Amino acid sequence: MTNDNLMTHCPDVRGRYGPFGGRYVPETLMHPLEELEQAYRAAQNDPEFQRTLERLLGEYVGRPTPLYLAGRLTEHLGGAKIYFKREDLAHTGAHKINNALGQALLAKRMGKTRIIAETGAGQHGVATATAAALLGLECVIYMGSEDMARQRLNVFRMRLLGAEVREVSSGTQTLKDAINEAMRDWVTSVRTTHYVLGTVEGPHPFPEICRDFQRVIGREARKQILERENRLPDLLVACVGGGSNAIGLFYEFLKDEQVKMVGVEAGGLGPESGKHAARFATGIVGMLHGAMSYILQDANGQILGTHSVSAGLDYPGVGPEHAYLKMLGRVEYTYATDREALDAFQLVSRLEGIIPALESAHAVAYACKVVPKMDQEAVVILNMSGRGDKDVQHAARFILEGQEPGI
Amino acid sequence: MNRICARLEKLSQKSQKAFIPFIVAGDPDLDKTEQLVLELERAGADCIELGVPFSDPIADGIVIQEAAQRALAQGVSLRDVVSFVKKVRTKTQVPLLLFTYFNPVLAYGMDTLARDAARAGVDGILCVDLPPEEAGDYKKYMDEHNIVTVFLVAPTSPDERIALIAKQSTGFIYYVSRTGVTGVRNQVEQSVPAMVQKIKAFSNKPVCVGFGVSTPEQAQQVAGYADGVIVGSAIVKIIGDYQNSPYLIKVVGDLARSLARAIKNP
Repeated sequence: MTNDNLMTHCPDVRGRYGPFGGRYVPETLMHPLEELEQAYRAAQNDPEFQRTLERLLGEYVGRPTPLYLAGRLTEHLGGAKIYFKREDLAHTGAHKINNALGQALLAKRMGKTRIIAETGAGQHGVATATAAALLGLECVIYMGSEDMARQRLNVFRMRLLGAEVREVSSGTQTLKDAINEAMRDWVTSVRTTHYVLGTVEGPHPFPEICRDFQRVIGREARKQILERENRLPDLLVACVGGGSNAIGLFYEFLKDEQVKMVGVEAGGLGPESGKHAARFATGIVGMLHGAMSYILQDANGQILGTHSVSAGLDYPGVGPEHAYLKMLGRVEYTYATDREALDAFQLVSRLEGIIPALESAHAVAYACKVVPKMDQEAVVILNMSGRGDKDVQHAARFILEGQEPGI
Repeated sequence: MNRICARLEKLSQKSQKAFIPFIVAGDPDLDKTEQLVLELERAGADCIELGVPFSDPIADGIVIQEAAQRALAQGVSLRDVVSFVKKVRTKTQVPLLLFTYFNPVLAYGMDTLARDAARAGVDGILCVDLPPEEAGDYKKYMDEHNIVTVFLVAPTSPDERIALIAKQSTGFIYYVSRTGVTGVRNQVEQSVPAMVQKIKAFSNKPVCVGFGVSTPEQAQQVAGYADGVIVGSAIVKIIGDYQNSPYLIKVVGDLARSLARAIKNP
């Protein structure tokens, strides 16, 4: 099989992306996951479901999001043209709503009355709380104590939207532990509850469902760039936490061999510091939260703590499809450090009047390194996956008060 | 013959039920774990489940999470637990079943773990987040080394899955009595007897019930229809409460005796 076929026939019936993915969960969740998969297949083939989703993506989310030529940044870097795919302009301020809304609709279709979710930066929590409000579902969001402290604005937003935010103070008190707690809730409540997993992680079929709901990003971007430039881009750049915004942008371009793709992980204080979330740089293949992938773990298989200035990238695992795309060599993965991301955060704010999410700022930081070396005719699309309003207070500590991230 | 299979067979011949206590290896430290294993055996345990501490135990409630944290604070790894079994085997032949999450097993290497565990005297392994569908290689290596592979049936398992699990499970079949994580409960769910009966229709293997069985009364009730009763959180909670007390071993022994009495004299 060619790489094209390998990539587009994923996952296989067992939820595998090559050697990655799968379904590793306690028995209680096995049948509910089978039911979820069946319900998802039925929804995919239900024109009524698809129409409802499409209508809401248009009227409610505000899609299609613009493809914006970042003129001053392009001029500043003096290389390739940089376009931002403006997911930051989607309702609730990030791409997370695409998946949250899709899954909430699916939950409703399955007759579930309650949805739960984990959140790191709070964007997925806000998106899920929003979808729950829209569809009249009960909603509980799990969030690590550390993340609640650095994303206070989003905590209040979720509560305002009628969701209950449950603080997770176990383990590292970040996204990983929020997922643990959401899983524990789901194991207990699975008959009435759907778990709206926020990224292309977790047991099959979650990585596939989330990817499919995020594919709209690349579908639109492909059409938009062809209209604007009459050609395909040379490079796609996106940040990678679990990897949903990245796969959303990349997926529709996978078959276009001339389009290079780079996923940017959180380098924290640098891979050598041990304080980072660069799974591809130092991770080992293992199983976390239901899927085989690259994981930051010690020699005994214990999951390591991570660090990133951005809560949304602060996670020891990465989506199994990304692991597979790395194995195939189709996507390159690199990292940007906290400091580089904070610099990019300020640069884009000043030059473009766009305050990026600290997550997205990692993608910008990488672009700043490579774009100046590219030809002026070259075209880059960067996924501006979210807006940075939520990060302003947190970032001010490092920018205005001169504190060092990770200390 | 494998110690777990031999013990369950012997009990079955005498129409007796198995008492299977669970403790976390390394909680509060491995020396105490050794004393606890020996005391649990004296108290009437037919098999002891040794929890392997893991950083992200998604199937566990707060009591066992905290116990795992105490063990991890001692740096206890799967490798240490295997060495521990080797050491304790010089003092007891009580059947030992490791209860673990899959990632430490992967990190150890499934084939080397099977070999090392067998040499050390481990009788069985239960991987709580490894369903039979994903367990092909794992099962192959464990079978090769005569280590039983216990799989779980849950209240949400439909007939097809019960059939699959009953086929893949060796030693016994573990029925999870609650839709939920491990922990102490006020009562055993009403659906449990019927589910145990249903599982028995698929297989002649013993069916043991755990997750939420806490008191001698509950244990006695469950022993009325299951082949064995697994008690975890209730014991682990006492270990947590008495971790620094000179009475730790005695208090756990007393609880275990009351549970064993209830199970052995239905």
